[in-house]
Amino acid sequence: MKLKTVFLVTLLSIAINSVAQEIPTGDLLVRNATVLTITNGTLENTDVLIQDGIITALGEQLSASQEIPVIDATGMYVMPGIIDAHSHIGISNVNESSAPVTAQVSVGDVLNPYSIAIYRALAGGVTSSHVMHGSANVIGGRNETIKHRWGLLDPDELRMAGAPRTIKFALGENPTRVHGRGNNKRPASRMGVEYVLRETFAKAQRYQEAWAQYEENAKTNPRAIPPAYNSQLEVMADILNGDILIHCHSYRADEILMLLGVLEDFGVDQITLQHVNEGFKIAPELAEFGASASVFADWWGYKFEVYYSTAYNAAILTRNGVLTSINSDSGELNRHLYHEAAKSQKYGDLSDDEALALITINPAIQLGIGDRIGSIEVGKEGDLAIFDRHPLSVYAINQKTVVDGIVYFDIEADTDDMRLIVDPESTVDTVVLHSHDDTHQCLYEGSLDLYDFLESN
Amino acid sequence: MMSLFYSLLVAVTLLLPPSPERMDTVTALTNARIVTVTQGTIENGTILVQDGKIIQIGATVDIPEDARVIDLAGLSVYPGMIDSGTQMGLVEVGSLPETRDASELGDLSPQMKALTAVNPNGVAIPVTRVSGVTTVLTVPSGGMLPGQAALINLHGYTPQQMFAGFEGVILRFPATGRRGRFDSRSEEEVKKAADEAMKKLNDTWDSAELHHRIDSTYQTRPEDGRRPEYVPSMEALREVIQGEQTLIIQVNAANDILAAIEWVQTRGIDRVLFSGLAEGWRVADKIAEAGIPCLVGPVLSIPTRQSDRFDKAYKNAGLMHAAGVKIALRSDDTANARNLPYHAGFATAYGLPLEEALRAVTINPAEIFGVSDRLGSLEVGKEATFFVADGDPFETATTIHHVFIAGYEIPMESRHTRLYEEFLQRSPGLHKHDQN
Repeated sequence: MKLKTVFLVTLLSIAINSVAQEIPTGDLLVRNATVLTITNGTLENTDVLIQDGIITALGEQLSASQEIPVIDATGMYVMPGIIDAHSHIGISNVNESSAPVTAQVSVGDVLNPYSIAIYRALAGGVTSSHVMHGSANVIGGRNETIKHRWGLLDPDELRMAGAPRTIKFALGENPTRVHGRGNNKRPASRMGVEYVLRETFAKAQRYQEAWAQYEENAKTNPRAIPPAYNSQLEVMADILNGDILIHCHSYRADEILMLLGVLEDFGVDQITLQHVNEGFKIAPELAEFGASASVFADWWGYKFEVYYSTAYNAAILTRNGVLTSINSDSGELNRHLYHEAAKSQKYGDLSDDEALALITINPAIQLGIGDRIGSIEVGKEGDLAIFDRHPLSVYAINQKTVVDGIVYFDIEADTDDMRLIVDPESTVDTVVLHSHDDTHQCLYEGSLDLYDFLESN
Repeated sequence: MMSLFYSLLVAVTLLLPPSPERMDTVTALTNARIVTVTQGTIENGTILVQDGKIIQIGATVDIPEDARVIDLAGLSVYPGMIDSGTQMGLVEVGSLPETRDASELGDLSPQMKALTAVNPNGVAIPVTRVSGVTTVLTVPSGGMLPGQAALINLHGYTPQQMFAGFEGVILRFPATGRRGRFDSRSEEEVKKAADEAMKKLNDTWDSAELHHRIDSTYQTRPEDGRRPEYVPSMEALREVIQGEQTLIIQVNAANDILAAIEWVQTRGIDRVLFSGLAEGWRVADKIAEAGIPCLVGPVLSIPTRQSDRFDKAYKNAGLMHAAGVKIALRSDDTANARNLPYHAGFATAYGLPLEEALRAVTINPAEIFGVSDRLGSLEVGKEATFFVADGDPFETATTIHHVFIAGYEIPMESRHTRLYEEFLQRSPGLHKHDQN
């Protein structure tokens, strides 16, 4: 009876899953644009043809079926949909801060398709976000790579199916404050952070060995006893196997070198460092390891570990051969990542293509989806942002945002109220005065004490 | 005799600070496009600077023979930008209480002076001024009446050297809006807190007015009365009530703005500014009618209501200007007050005319703060506080080539540029020589 129920539930969930996987795609012909391909230069007077959500042709005066909707983009700039490698939009929780290691949880379980922040990101030309767990833990929960399909109400329809799994790690002030100072348990220092990492990876290795031993024994002994299942170590083992990519919140050069040492010892070779304000100090070491960096354009000074920062970080990293992206970590910044890229160009000598790569192909590669999105190429997914001016101009305004060949944002069709749901219990339209610190989300990840401090002031 | 002269000269030279530099002789900035802001643009002109002031400006200017000449061919001169809301010099590292001097204890401390706590060596100061932002209002925070903001120039070795001639008492008007995404109070709790705050404000003001009346009576007829007890907060508010000091009211939600207008009118406060105004566009005509100048921003922010169009915060300044409100822009930032020109750029992209955006970061704040005799435009007699750019100052592609503050030529470097120089090609790189 119990088995039968399990079977039915499993069958049902497979059925639901297969329904949810039918993500709508569209056909679209964008006519006569200046196309910023990112990977193959800039093409003038060029058409982009999207069929069933995939870019099928690029060229002048393309012919296409009469039924395909056309956007006349004369005088406009078309770039790949912007990708935010670090965001916390569209989820109802950010941190599971109850322990220094929470690899078993995932923000993918708390996706919220009604979040207006998704629409506002779309309005800024952002088509994909890497929605991350918070930074309260040395090893936090798993993240979710989503596409901004505004209006689809099944959380599963936000997921970018097939994108590699990723997990959040965090070094430095946040985990030591939350656990060491907040709960009187390790880590309380950067020494403790290394200890938590090494202990957890070592346990995961033993776990892998125990399962390998069991599987070996089971070949000859049908009564072999499997090791106890451990949901946390399952995830850690997948990291060791290279199946889950690490994205590590980190700031200081010393702690990053520590992490690279740990990863080397445990045979993990893929790492994207998030924030990494002091990455510029160890750019040669990052390049040699093959680590990539996802940084702020100019955020600094809000805490001690970002005091010795420079807005030239992205330029120094890029020139030293480190694959670099610009992220938002903010429901405010994510609406103008094109402007953040422009500021990264101001601080250094990056070319237009290099600056735009910071918010397109580079984050795509860091998320393991560089073969699917991040540039305008035949065979890639039809995710575009269409600007009225060159997107590196402060005066540029995004006109239309396309995901999978479907226009999800059109500035001309935008009404004042784009909410998908209205809280019936809310008596007035609530006014929220967002402060700078409020929108800068990593500052508060698992750090309500700091929030209370600033609030009380 | 000669050798004594040379010894003296050497001694004097050694005493001169290496930087920033202010020449005693005349400095001539030639072949420049001069955007005066108040008197049009001179396409190819000269500015003469002496003793920290602009002594001549125009298309044809006689240059003294001993003048130091800086050829600005292809470049434009703009008045230094003024950020009408920061915590420059008061906060060094945001999360470290030891480095935050913006807040005092208690709800009522209007006598506290931000200028006192300005650290002239704050690391954000050089980072900000090389962007062309030369002058900022630095604002205390915390409580209902946190203290007095101060306008400062971003060069000087003491707070007094930095002081740019304006101070104003900050009032954080009771707010009915939520304070951020972590504010989980119920609507009743929010309203109750606002009502209590309003009562506290009115009680405080009643006391201040009473204190003022008693003290005035005593001042005119000391023989008839007793001098009132010394209450520092009341003394500070007395200056506002007498119209000697400006009151800067921080207010954001539409209903709160209307309440603040009514409160100001009821209390008969003449010298008053509003600051923040996140929902100013909703009640812009009422603000214009009241004739209250507004320090608006940050432009780069999220709309206050989920139901608002995505670009309402970008459009706010333009809509307020169109309704007839006099506006100045503020970044409401410290580490990144350098982004003030981009706040102006976004406001321009979303409807504020370019020339108005330029005024909103130059002459408008100078007039609003009552310092337009020395700042805010390029005119004879004003401070030589300006920057030189190779293009539109609101575009990120533009480079700022020179910054002058009261005649001192500012070194174009900061922690950010120095780290760039040191680490672009780090030495040693991956290997030290002995490890090869």
